[in-house]
Amino acid sequence: MKLDAKVPSGPLADKWTKHKFESKLVNPANKRKYSAIVVGSGLAGASAAASLAELGYEVSCFCFQDSPRRAHSISAQGGINAAKNYQNDGDSVYRLFYDTIKGGDFRSREANTYRLAEVSVNIIDQCVAQGVPFARDYGGLLDNRSFGGAQVSRTFYARGQTGQQLLLGAYSALSRQIGLGKVKMYNRAEMLDLVVVDGRTRGIVVRDLVSGKISSFAADAVLLATGGYGNVFYLSTNAKACNVTAIYRAYKRGALFANPCYMQIHPTCIPVTGDYQSKLTLMSESLRNDGRIWAPKKQGEDRAPGDIPENERDYFLERKYPSFGNLAPRDISSRSAQEVCNEGRGVGETKVGVYLDFADAINRLGKDVITERYGNLFDMYERITGEDPYTVPMRIYPASHYTMGGLWVDYNLESTIPGLFVLGEANFSDHGANRLGASALMQGLADGYFVIPYTLGDFYARSGQSGISTDHEAFKQTEREAVERQEKLLSINGKRTVDSFHREVGKIMWDNCGMSRNEAGLKKALETIPPIREEFWENVKVLGDNDEFNQSLEKAGRVADFLEFAEIMCHDALDREESCGAHFREEYQTEEGEAKRNDKKYTYVAAWEYNGVGKKPNLHKEELEFENVELATRSYK
Amino acid sequence: MDTMQVSTMCHHRPVTAYKTSIGMKLLMGITGFIFIGFVTGHMIGNLQVFLGAEKLNAYAHTLQSLGALLWVIRLSLLTFFAVHIFFAIKLYFQNRASRPVKYVKEVNVESTFSSRIMIWSGLAMFSFVVYHLMHFTLIITNPEYAVLKENLDVYSMMIVGFSNYWISAVYMVAMIFLALHVNHAVFSVFQTFGLTNAKWIPLLRRIGNIYALIILAGYLSMPVGVLLNIITLH
Amino acid sequence: MNLTLYVWRQKNADDKGRMEKYPAKNISSHMSFLEMLDVVNEDLIEQGVEPIAFDHDCREGICGMCSLVVNGRPHGPEKATTICQLHMRHFSDGDVIYIEPWRAKAFPVIKDLVVDRSAIDRIMAAGGFVSINTGGVPDANAIPISKTDADTAMDAAACIGCGACVAACKNASGMLFVAAKVSQFAHLPQGKVEASQRVRAMIDQMDIEGFGNCTNFQECEAACPKEISIKFIAKMNREYLKSSMAPTKG
Repeated sequence: MKLDAKVPSGPLADKWTKHKFESKLVNPANKRKYSAIVVGSGLAGASAAASLAELGYEVSCFCFQDSPRRAHSISAQGGINAAKNYQNDGDSVYRLFYDTIKGGDFRSREANTYRLAEVSVNIIDQCVAQGVPFARDYGGLLDNRSFGGAQVSRTFYARGQTGQQLLLGAYSALSRQIGLGKVKMYNRAEMLDLVVVDGRTRGIVVRDLVSGKISSFAADAVLLATGGYGNVFYLSTNAKACNVTAIYRAYKRGALFANPCYMQIHPTCIPVTGDYQSKLTLMSESLRNDGRIWAPKKQGEDRAPGDIPENERDYFLERKYPSFGNLAPRDISSRSAQEVCNEGRGVGETKVGVYLDFADAINRLGKDVITERYGNLFDMYERITGEDPYTVPMRIYPASHYTMGGLWVDYNLESTIPGLFVLGEANFSDHGANRLGASALMQGLADGYFVIPYTLGDFYARSGQSGISTDHEAFKQTEREAVERQEKLLSINGKRTVDSFHREVGKIMWDNCGMSRNEAGLKKALETIPPIREEFWENVKVLGDNDEFNQSLEKAGRVADFLEFAEIMCHDALDREESCGAHFREEYQTEEGEAKRNDKKYTYVAAWEYNGVGKKPNLHKEELEFENVELATRSYK
Repeated sequence: MDTMQVSTMCHHRPVTAYKTSIGMKLLMGITGFIFIGFVTGHMIGNLQVFLGAEKLNAYAHTLQSLGALLWVIRLSLLTFFAVHIFFAIKLYFQNRASRPVKYVKEVNVESTFSSRIMIWSGLAMFSFVVYHLMHFTLIITNPEYAVLKENLDVYSMMIVGFSNYWISAVYMVAMIFLALHVNHAVFSVFQTFGLTNAKWIPLLRRIGNIYALIILAGYLSMPVGVLLNIITLH
Repeated sequence: MNLTLYVWRQKNADDKGRMEKYPAKNISSHMSFLEMLDVVNEDLIEQGVEPIAFDHDCREGICGMCSLVVNGRPHGPEKATTICQLHMRHFSDGDVIYIEPWRAKAFPVIKDLVVDRSAIDRIMAAGGFVSINTGGVPDANAIPISKTDADTAMDAAACIGCGACVAACKNASGMLFVAAKVSQFAHLPQGKVEASQRVRAMIDQMDIEGFGNCTNFQECEAACPKEISIKFIAKMNREYLKSSMAPTKG
């Protein structure tokens, strides 16, 4: 299979404009004849569904939560980047593009990343017009803050709830279209499979989570905006129900999965306290603007943080990266914290954590300023840990957070199956091997508001209607398979709970395919995962029936997919014999312990093709061409 | 997972205001506010009993001399009363229907006792008003007042009435209900009309408490004054 | 610590439902309330009893999915805390805990502790938006908005749509939720354009859904995990009054 990214020719800055002009249009009167299914209602899904409905297309939107407003985009705290240059500090579309490419360690597609930076300015305009209450200064204009990996202030925010406010903005636009009858919204509905006929996407199979009824929906195009797969680690900052199922099912139906091993670790999460832990809570990275990260110099330190004198503290990020200091990119910060803990200098009961200290900032700015900036984050920290971060330094540790990998898409966000488009975190396209802070919200909304409305129209104009209804045998067959799978899960009636399997595979993944990886570990993971999967299908215990609200059954289906998907991640991590961005292979590092890229061999997107359960997928490469930026060694010293 | 249908504001035909929950509450608020005024005026007028028979009876004469206007006022008050009660009962049943299955464990955190018994204190007031009218205005329960009433000797009527322990007890209990009712009503009126903000909400609650105490003290002082022989016939 | 739970179990919307007693053993004080329920559920599954169904997702207090009434209080006893963020250190060994679903006609029970809150979505669809399409909007800084207005709008916009206000209200009223949305927009120039139509449409939909009426108990504010003030209800009442006096077209 030849991967054609369909990147338009011409100068970087003109590509998107040119592409929009060259895209075919659907006559306004004909738009209602074309239908789209949007799976997922987060930033990407909701914004796409709303924008497409506004244009006049027939849209159906599906989410598995009880309301589209619950999607996990809502949890993003810190902010959204945009190259507005409102601060007059030298920002530009090109700089945002460059920072993103560099932050992604030169493993993303130039044209996509540039387009992302280009439309970033429209996103802010759009959100303000929707009534998103961004933070403002006393003159009534928008305020900005700075974020990891950037030297300009370009992050717009709404207290510590930026994701929530942006999502509610997109949700309100979606609600408007639902009210107008232009979007048919299906809550508590989970996509179980994709239907492909004659090489084109025709629709999806869905389970109504309340009645358990499995049914089909046909459309001229399907858009997956189903988020990331960070929950493969069981413990992550993702919401409990985040899963890989929708994109994994599409992968099994022929879509290629790109760069699955690129998984971002977030440096500032609240450390794990015990086996019962169900998720990890992220503290916004914006805290690093004013907090100082440190660990004791001494191993096995057991004094309280306040009793450790200044000269016995190691502000390791400031020491190692003087110019970026505590704002070093996420992967660098994360690995540094891990190193410190591996050296036996970790803090807290479990000794897996480092301090994030606000004492200096409180002295310098006063408690009120800190409260205004981070009040809700401090409250949240205190609720969870029972410790007051105004007086005792926070304890933080990295956790799995965001997955840069996802289904392979071309410049139009179309996957390798025609008619299947993938948006937001679910695709692989814009962030390369690592994502800058405050860029996930940007990408989700860019895809939904400003990219897909153009590229989908072009697809419709070129490909016409699907012409296949749910009466087609392929739909019936896929539905039958979905039903059989549910029945199989319910009939095993073994001894172990679904969660116990999830925890087991998650631990293996975290230990071997987590923050740092090596060949032996990855090979070990590839040996240990299949037996767990086999045991799952023989020994899992799922109670209840299919024709009812059954949360265990929902979970079982998702974990079953994680158990297959985990292997692909390991294969990808094993294949990439270099360190880049968030992917750190211990064998490939500089003498100072920094990531060592191999630009000669690995400037490609690894796109994997399904080859059967438990079999190594086939690798397809999309060579990345860098016409505008020079591949530099990332240095944040 | 069913998709939904609503009437969006883009082509929404608004429901007539008084049929909506806020509309009904506004009506409760307007009529309630009038009764707060009435209760205050009625109290001040009757407190003249402490100034002696002449003053109080002169006040009664003044009211009586309003003639047709008095009837306008009376009928308006009756109408407002009917509206207030009608919507109170309607809202009460709507509110009950809004939670068909009750909590097994029910607690109160912020709500006041008086706010929770509004319907009951209100109905108590309704019964009392019926009795009060039969007692003093229509002279049905105690026909022996007929002569006093004819002479507009309100002063004597009050003393004769409150000298009876049972009648005083009924009045005093009723006034406790009245105080509880207005205690919540004062804040509610302002809140319903949107005349509050974060600073005024606790303040108005306090004003409601104080006002209720004033009403209670004012109205109780009369039967208590009679029973303690502070106000006497001679 | 060891606890005794009384949990509402209801097979489906048609079932009558009842409280059932379960022990919760060896609970660590570091657990969140939902992690405690996870542990109980794992035990139940191993015993062959169907686990307790409850809604939850982000478990960091922002998605608004979790919805338990604990000992008579929506989201439990802690102020400004969703139940997913409530930690077991607030309970002691031997405690008896009652767990019930949100109770309201507008939120029918789907199963056990899971309720259907789509009424909230329908109210939003009736008017919880600014009628603008994607694209063609002015520059974000074209209209300055005073910091006070922006901050007040944000206070209102912090609502997570969990429905605790409805669950806490003695009348199962949805006023706080609706008020938060109406007020957010009414404080911003972008939302003011349609403020009048919005408040009418949202209130009408709220009434259709069968929520009760606001009688100013203030229980909603006490239960709100985001501490939305009832001053927004006053604001909405004001908006409504203004709207009903505004000249109407046609």
